[in-house]
Amino acid sequence: MPSNPGDVILFVILSALTVAGGLAAVLLRNVVHCALALTGAFIGLALLFLRLDAQFAGFAQILVYVGAVAILVVFAILLTRSSETPATGVFSKTWLAGLVVAAAVFAVLAWAVLQSEPALPHAPGEPQVSVMQIGNALMGQYVLPLEIVAVLLTAAMIGAVIVAMHEKKETAK
Amino acid sequence: MSPLSGYLLVAALVFAIGLAGALTRRNAILVLIGIELMLNAANLNLIAFWRYGPHPEALTGLMFAVFSIAIAAAEAAVGLGLVISIYRHLKTTDLDEINRMKG
Amino acid sequence: MTSSFAENLDQIFVLLKHWIVALVPVPLQPLVGAVLSVAAIIVVFATLFAIAVLMERKGLGRMQNRYGPNRVGPLGILQPAADGIKALIKEDVVPYNADHVVHFLAPIVLVVVVFMGYAVLPIGRNMTFVPMDAGLLFYFAMGASAELSVFMAGWSSRNKYSMLGAMRAIAQMISYEIPLLMTSVIVVMMTGSLSLDKIAEVQNQYTWGLPHWFVFTPMGFAAFVMFAIAATAETNRSPFDLPEGESEIIAGYFTEYSGFKFAEFFLGEYVAMLSISGLGATLFLGGWSAPLEVLNVVPSWFWFVVKIMTAMCVFIWMRGTLPRLRQDQLMNFAWKFVLPMTLLDLMVAGLWRFMGEGILRWVVCSAILLAAYVIGGRAGMKREQFGPRSYRYAE
Repeated sequence: MPSNPGDVILFVILSALTVAGGLAAVLLRNVVHCALALTGAFIGLALLFLRLDAQFAGFAQILVYVGAVAILVVFAILLTRSSETPATGVFSKTWLAGLVVAAAVFAVLAWAVLQSEPALPHAPGEPQVSVMQIGNALMGQYVLPLEIVAVLLTAAMIGAVIVAMHEKKETAK
Repeated sequence: MSPLSGYLLVAALVFAIGLAGALTRRNAILVLIGIELMLNAANLNLIAFWRYGPHPEALTGLMFAVFSIAIAAAEAAVGLGLVISIYRHLKTTDLDEINRMKG
Repeated sequence: MTSSFAENLDQIFVLLKHWIVALVPVPLQPLVGAVLSVAAIIVVFATLFAIAVLMERKGLGRMQNRYGPNRVGPLGILQPAADGIKALIKEDVVPYNADHVVHFLAPIVLVVVVFMGYAVLPIGRNMTFVPMDAGLLFYFAMGASAELSVFMAGWSSRNKYSMLGAMRAIAQMISYEIPLLMTSVIVVMMTGSLSLDKIAEVQNQYTWGLPHWFVFTPMGFAAFVMFAIAATAETNRSPFDLPEGESEIIAGYFTEYSGFKFAEFFLGEYVAMLSISGLGATLFLGGWSAPLEVLNVVPSWFWFVVKIMTAMCVFIWMRGTLPRLRQDQLMNFAWKFVLPMTLLDLMVAGLWRFMGEGILRWVVCSAILLAAYVIGGRAGMKREQFGPRSYRYAE
């Protein structure tokens, strides 16, 4: 039972923002508008994280996704000249199959969630998570994943630069 | 309907939208946008279960989500680098036309 | 009696806010408190923006051996009002092919995001608008979102100059964001908290009358210099203002904006400068603490405003004296000099904590940083070979 109608209204508004952003991101014709709608979806998700008392994850989501991934997507759109609308339409030939698959996935997931309603945990206390606890966890229990993610990010950075770099000598084919 | 199932339904909906986008659009970059939406939906799932689960002070869900954000950023960088490289080779990002292995 | 008066003066805004909020019935109190805070931010920092614009035009004028504006009001004091009226009544020209929705939203996004950053700055003792545990992270999240508005402005104008200016501005902003974050991490390492009011409080202690500001430690000083460079580049301010260079690409990403939208971009840029000066003052210059212990009778919010306006004066001074950097020089500088120095500074900050108290750690840390600076500077100066010019296009 929701404790406060204000909470429910806020959750509905934020979810509507996120879902609307996601829908716009896959349905709009102009690719740059899609990227900007994706940013809206990211912000809606960050606000949902903040509602769930995960402040560190929410701010990290804005910093990483809106501040870096969205800019990356936009740069890629500009560098591949996708900002002009193609003449042959924006949906591929097999769009119906994709839509059916996605709808089936959603149906299965929603059925699973609604079916297992009695088994889900209800009404917990609010976790008081301070940044110091997160720092201690990162340096204590999660130090190995942290170092591995650091190596992964370095490898990804070097790999992305090499993949997208100009070849020095244009070999004639 | 409990708050947790509300968040899980929203996450499932965003996941399905991302999947639909990745499967139906022509442009390669939109496939990557769909993938980012799917990763974000999974993050929302993780944080919702962390918050309403039995031991939120163990920080497991939160840490998982933060690492997932970092890895998704790395994967987006490499994926977009690949798209740029394909564009440079084949002069198109239309996935319906990139259907032969020999470039 | 005197100390009580000084304390009351120090906390006058907090007491005022509590008094006003107490006048309202209990269910509405959080809302009224929030509205009061937002109104205070907008009023105070818009006024500071007006003062900063006036200072800039008069200051630049004097540096260029001319008077600044001196017609409107005595000594030109009412010039910001005249500028505001002009911006409001000018015709809003939008290009026919421009993307109207995105063109409209870009300045709004910039102004909103820039004002959000003020929520976590400690303006005075107990005077943070929203005290957050991860306040510094919130500030940088808002700063990263400002780049999106730059792109929106540049792309929606469908103008090659705008697009070019936007790409350059974004490349510059993301390059300098890393030194900005790393130098703040140095301060976080020395304090142990991401919360900005705790960082300001830790610097409020005095030894022999001098404060414990982080700028007075060797790695804090190096970090402050690099933070200042990165802050100048983040706000597209001279000498890093090629994206909006008035003689190069007209006005860069806001070429196609006129009237009130241009005024919003202008407001956003100056408010971002004030905001990042506020952050620099909090991290390195002690935030609201007075320079000498005896000066604590002066209210804390006064010292914060003094520090912000001093930083603005330094920005204006740099604009009037230093020549502009070219785009590739700018990026080289960021990635090949500032970033390695920042990483070295991080290691020195770690070393500082591991060496005990005493004069030895001051000497060792200063020596390491000075040696790195000299060697890095010398190595950079040798790169004078000019080979044949190479051109790189987007494809």
